[in-house]
Amino acid sequence: MHIVVCAKQTPSTTAVLAVANGKVTWSDPGGSPDIANPWDEYAVEEAIRLIEAHGGKITALSMGPEDAREALKTAIAMGCDDAVHITDSRMKGSDTLATSYVLAQAIKKLDDVDLVIFGRQAIDGDTAQTSMQVARRLGWTPLSFVAAVNEVDLAERTITVTRSIEAGRQKVKGPLPAALSVLKEINEPRYPSFKGIRKATKYMASDLQVWGVAELGADPSKVGSAGARVRWPEVFAPPPREGECTMIEADTPDGVAALLVSKLLEEKVL
Amino acid sequence: MSDILVWLEQQSGAVAPVSWEVLSAARNVAGQLGVGVVAAAFGPGAQQIAQPAIERGADTVFVCEDDSLSVYRAEPFADLLSKLARDHGVKAIMAGATSAGRDVLALAAVDLDAGLIPDCTALTVADGKLKATRPVYAGKLISHLTCDSEPVLMSLRSRAFAASEPDVSRSGNVVKVDPATNADAIRVQVLGLEAAAGEVSLTDAAIIVSGGRGVNGPEGFEPVRVLASAVGGALGASRAAVDAGWIPYAHQVGQTGKTVSPDLYIACGISGAIQHLAGMRTSKVIVAINKDAEAPIFKLAQYGIVGDLFKIVPALSAEFEKRLK
Ligand SMILES: Cc1cc2nc3c(=O)[nH]c(=O)nc-3n(C[C@H](O)[C@H](O)[C@H](O)COP(=O)(O)OP(=O)(O)OC[C@H]3O[C@@H](n4cnc5c(N)ncnc54)[C@H](O)[C@@H]3O)c2cc1C
Ligand SMILES: Nc1ncnc2c1ncn2[C@@H]1O[C@H](COP(=O)(O)O)[C@@H](O)[C@H]1O
Repeated sequence: MHIVVCAKQTPSTTAVLAVANGKVTWSDPGGSPDIANPWDEYAVEEAIRLIEAHGGKITALSMGPEDAREALKTAIAMGCDDAVHITDSRMKGSDTLATSYVLAQAIKKLDDVDLVIFGRQAIDGDTAQTSMQVARRLGWTPLSFVAAVNEVDLAERTITVTRSIEAGRQKVKGPLPAALSVLKEINEPRYPSFKGIRKATKYMASDLQVWGVAELGADPSKVGSAGARVRWPEVFAPPPREGECTMIEADTPDGVAALLVSKLLEEKVL
Repeated sequence: MSDILVWLEQQSGAVAPVSWEVLSAARNVAGQLGVGVVAAAFGPGAQQIAQPAIERGADTVFVCEDDSLSVYRAEPFADLLSKLARDHGVKAIMAGATSAGRDVLALAAVDLDAGLIPDCTALTVADGKLKATRPVYAGKLISHLTCDSEPVLMSLRSRAFAASEPDVSRSGNVVKVDPATNADAIRVQVLGLEAAAGEVSLTDAAIIVSGGRGVNGPEGFEPVRVLASAVGGALGASRAAVDAGWIPYAHQVGQTGKTVSPDLYIACGISGAIQHLAGMRTSKVIVAINKDAEAPIFKLAQYGIVGDLFKIVPALSAEFEKRLK
């Protein structure tokens, strides 16, 4: 089986963001400012487990600027076999429609893919829609919000998964090839081993494939800001929450409770 | 025509609360744009909600009660929505930012080669164009977005827009439509649904009471659960409590859990890590109960109680029971 994992680099969850002249920058005083999107680690882990069970290989794909390779390095360190960095100055300014076009082109180029796995969402744009747009472009079975892969039947070419949605846990079955977006409950991602990290460092330096518009045979009018429909002319920091915290104090828990409930009833939030 | 098309999410005539919010929001901006609002409802029960949809702002409601749409599946639903949009020629398509709403719009946006703006929290009209506001980077930043082309597809966050009261004097048309996909061409089979057991949905909840590592074990959630039911709220949790296995993931609030914006959020034994705040910072009133006066959650909260949650929470439940009767 050939599984593709789509993963991207994002600012760390603790990153401090700043906006100047419409450009967003970030730093993280506590650690690395750039990480593999946390949701994508679940996607990588699930791919590894499926390959452990069924045999085959995993290719990790990431579209992003020249220096955005953290997600691919993590993917290789965890156990993916191959990685492709998709980068081209013309891809700047992509919305999900343009991103999904590029990722779908790359998956078509790989040719023999059975399954593509995405994280639920990328924690920068928080859109959670790229996966299903890639599925639609490829014409593959779209399976979102997957909490468990119950069965992959390679003989019958079907996949059965449990989706976690508002109504509960829904079990569905569909044909391969399929595109999945996975939730945190699906697994516990492994930490890359020391050996894995060494392998990844070497892989990134010598074996990493890099594809641009030309290698993908992509239509330049469909990528980057040329292909994007959505524009985000303004980005800004939200106004701070107003007011100080009012500390509720009394001699007994009952006294505290009575005071707080009175305040909340006054606020009419109940 | 260039109306706004709203997809109403319904099951056997029960409408997802966010759908009425979306319809109201659509009505509002449609008024400013000088266009109409058409709604679409699929699956058995769709007919039942047509009149309520008209009373809440739809001028026309497309209904398709075909059996092949009796359970929600992304592809046939998107096929029909895209077809309606094409046939009718719409300016925008809107739906709630639920799991189904996000999927259906993602597929339809590809069909229509259209821009998709997810999880909007505000909409305005400028120069005859829609402008959306949405939080990005887990709410650390806000962005304004526009779309170059029509239609623009938008999913709207639960509880970000007020649902207007029905106006029984409104009238409109109900149009029956056929499904766009042959029943045998639908590839995905639904094998079963394990329903979420009678709990209030976090994203729709007006009140949420959450427990964190401070509850100290699965039993520790009991008083928190009692408080949640005393105030008619939903039960939330921090990732620390979920990862410890004290409560299922479905309850997790935060960057890798659910994003919520209730009127009242009561955090019990939660320190207020940035990833937790990412999921609840837009709550109207935040109450924090923590034994550590230095906990960061107090920086965000309107009301703080420094103390042992095992003493405070039961006292609060008793007080609410008494005062809310
Ligand atoms: C990639 C990533 C994603 C994450 N996503 C999320 C997410 O979606 N949601 C989330 O919540 N976290 C998330 N986290 C984890 C987050 O960083 C924190 O670790 C977590 O929120 C801490 O949970 P907590 O506040 O319950 O625990 P702690 O930080 O341990 O806080 C427990 C608090 O309880 C108080 N306490 C203890 N006993 C009592 C008592 N008897 N009475 C009153 N107070 C008491 C303590 O003073 C303390 O402040 C994420 C982290 C990462 C790295
Ligand atoms: N530029 C990209 N390169 C590779 N994968 C991506 C990219 N953007 C999004 N993805 C994948 O799509 C998922 C959803 O992203 P999003 O729709 O941006 O929230 C992510 O978790 C990734 O798996």
